[in-house]
Amino acid sequence: MNAESPVKRTALYDEHVRLGARLIPFGGFDMPVQYGGILKEHDAVRHRAGLFDLSHMGQFILEGENVAAWAETLTINAVASMKPLQARYNIFCNPQGGAHDDTIFYRLDGRWLLVVNASNADKMWAHLNANLGDSGVKLTNLHGRNALIAIQGPKAVAMLQRHVDIDLSAVKYYFCAQGNAYGKPAILARTGYTGEDGFELFLEGADAADIWSALLRDHADEGLEACGLGARDVLRLEAGMPLYGHELTEEITPVQAGQTWALKLSKPTFVGKEALAEQLERDDFSRIVGLTMEGRAPAREGYAVFLGDRAVGEVRSGSLAPAVGNKNIATALVAKEAATVGTSLTVEIRGTRHQATVVAMPFYKRPQ
Amino acid sequence: MAQPADLLFSKEHEWVKIDGDVATVGITDYAQNSLGDIVYVELPKVGKKIDQFGNIGVVESVKAVSDLFTPIGGEVIEVNAGLDADPAAVNREPYGAGWLFKVKVADPSQKSNLLSPSDYEAIAVD
Repeated sequence: MNAESPVKRTALYDEHVRLGARLIPFGGFDMPVQYGGILKEHDAVRHRAGLFDLSHMGQFILEGENVAAWAETLTINAVASMKPLQARYNIFCNPQGGAHDDTIFYRLDGRWLLVVNASNADKMWAHLNANLGDSGVKLTNLHGRNALIAIQGPKAVAMLQRHVDIDLSAVKYYFCAQGNAYGKPAILARTGYTGEDGFELFLEGADAADIWSALLRDHADEGLEACGLGARDVLRLEAGMPLYGHELTEEITPVQAGQTWALKLSKPTFVGKEALAEQLERDDFSRIVGLTMEGRAPAREGYAVFLGDRAVGEVRSGSLAPAVGNKNIATALVAKEAATVGTSLTVEIRGTRHQATVVAMPFYKRPQ
Repeated sequence: MAQPADLLFSKEHEWVKIDGDVATVGITDYAQNSLGDIVYVELPKVGKKIDQFGNIGVVESVKAVSDLFTPIGGEVIEVNAGLDADPAAVNREPYGAGWLFKVKVADPSQKSNLLSPSDYEAIAVD
């Protein structure tokens, strides 16, 4: 922490302190890594519900009649085809096809909301502004002003429903709605980063702490728990979701990261299109795969991966996975020949090679 | 959890209980609390000769790998095999069922390099 950029606090900082959170600086904000413990919080989300403060993430408002067409020139996915109140995952790329960030667009009434990773908020704000051209798009930066709370888990929607004035069962997955939570205005989005059902609530900063503490108070006896970034990382990894900086970077492309479902090469032009099309055509790229470890030693970011005696890549993320039979799981960026599901690989952990198997992702799917 | 009175401590937050020439080693309550949920412990092999304060293994929490040092030197004579299936025992009972390994002490005078419970208490703060 230097004198020029003191660590910021979200609207929920006092709540985190009250709840005894272990705080670390993340994306420029003091954020909770854990409260009662990562495994306990993970368990809450998989079996009951968990509450997350995501107010450190970047939130931008995009306005103007050209937003969709303009956004399509900077991203890999379609934007113009989004229905009113729809949410869509999208990736901004550099000209080499590497990722600037993975994001979610929300098509609101008369404006668009773009949510970006906390660690990329400044980079993405600069990128959008540098590429406005003559689009006429107006950008507003709500980073650190608006709050964002997520409630995720099999009981999350039922818990939230008691305090909102709209029928949440009518809000489909990856859609949102305007409503009131505890009487305060909110955008309620059926999106999340855990692999469970749930909502993300976009709130005025001034309303966030009251809503957060009210939810905990009203549902403590049903097992609702505050959950930190530590649990969030285990949950998203189990759900096979990329984390920027790990499975997507300025060098690792959406094609390498297995996100071609979000790639619309039929769009006339967008930054990175040629590079990504060529990469797909040559099909000789290293790619992100899922691994399950055979033993108890976790694989960690940076550990070398081998096919027989040959070094074929490195681990990008790794954790114990309580929801995947308590196995150790990982993602790794490996050469094409090592990437087929079922392949036996080894991961070098402190000088010893440990057995791993390439598996399909997601590792965990919630019971339907 | 107050420090048990019959133990000695290292600056790296390990404890040691010395019984004749056998020393039992673990990590302190402060250490297990700082680490959070422990998911894996890598211990030295039985028979290995280790030096006082040497780096002899790791204790892994969900998020991080922490080096494990030994507060006493000698030959490893036993390791806590139960930790393979239940690493959380270190969190639950850092001074009891969560013990890590036992050492045949090579040089009893090494005790003088360790901290008393009250001296350790003074450094076991955030």
